[in-house]
Amino acid sequence: MGPDLTWYLAVAAFLFGIGALGVMLRRSPLIVLLSLEIMLNGANLALITFSRHHGQMDGQIFALAVMAVAASEVVVGLGLIVAVHRRRLDLDVDKLSTLRG
Amino acid sequence: MGNVVVWAVWFLAAFACLGSGAAVVSFSNPYYSALALIGNLGSLAVLYLLLSAEFVAAAQVLVYAGAVMVMFLFVIAYLGRHVDAPWAGGPSWQALGAVAAAGALMVEIVVVIGLKASGRLSDAPDVGAGFGSPFEVGKLFLTDQLLAFEITSIVLLAAAVGGVVLGSHARERNNFVESTDPGGPTS
Repeated sequence: MGPDLTWYLAVAAFLFGIGALGVMLRRSPLIVLLSLEIMLNGANLALITFSRHHGQMDGQIFALAVMAVAASEVVVGLGLIVAVHRRRLDLDVDKLSTLRG
Repeated sequence: MGNVVVWAVWFLAAFACLGSGAAVVSFSNPYYSALALIGNLGSLAVLYLLLSAEFVAAAQVLVYAGAVMVMFLFVIAYLGRHVDAPWAGGPSWQALGAVAAAGALMVEIVVVIGLKASGRLSDAPDVGAGFGSPFEVGKLFLTDQLLAFEITSIVLLAAAVGGVVLGSHARERNNFVESTDPGGPTS
């Protein structure tokens, strides 16, 4: 038997925190998307850990669904970034504030 | 002996995972960040294997570290080199606030897990050899979780259509013409 499941949850929490830090800190939308992936993967690790804890595989199914949603999100996000780049706008999430209410 | 090996693998994978995650956030070149994220996803797949989620680990490597990250690298190469140093110009209030908020979030998660599940999480039940195998995952997907499976296909279709619409050149000229229009009711 390896390490306790609590250790896996600690890794998941740290991953989520690192991803949240990247989302709040970085200004390039590409890095924001990469940090979002880290957050999603932290959540995935927690899901799979709890799936192992309960001995049921529903958590793994949920993790696979999260993976599919993350892939879709990357497609739409990268499409938006390329569209912004083609308009010759700055790739900086602080400067893209035209939609601000 | 087996214990030591499992601990060593866990230690390596967990620290590679956290280290490459920190590298993603702190590299100023987005290309290096994406490469670090590939390492992050690979070491996460090792953790999934330790949790006997074999199919999810394989899907992680194939779908995430393979397909999604290749798309990322293509887009980064297409956009050219945008250097975005996270700590340029000394610590700003925004950076300090981001670090404080992320730290608070992390502490909150750890405290909640520690309070709600201390002691009860330490024992994992013995699971059979089929746990996490493609056979079991496929059986669940086509029986109990059929609705989730179908909705996932719709989500992927919507994302594909959205990607085509966002990437098409045809809408651009129309938008530029509309933006020069000085207000007024649009037809």
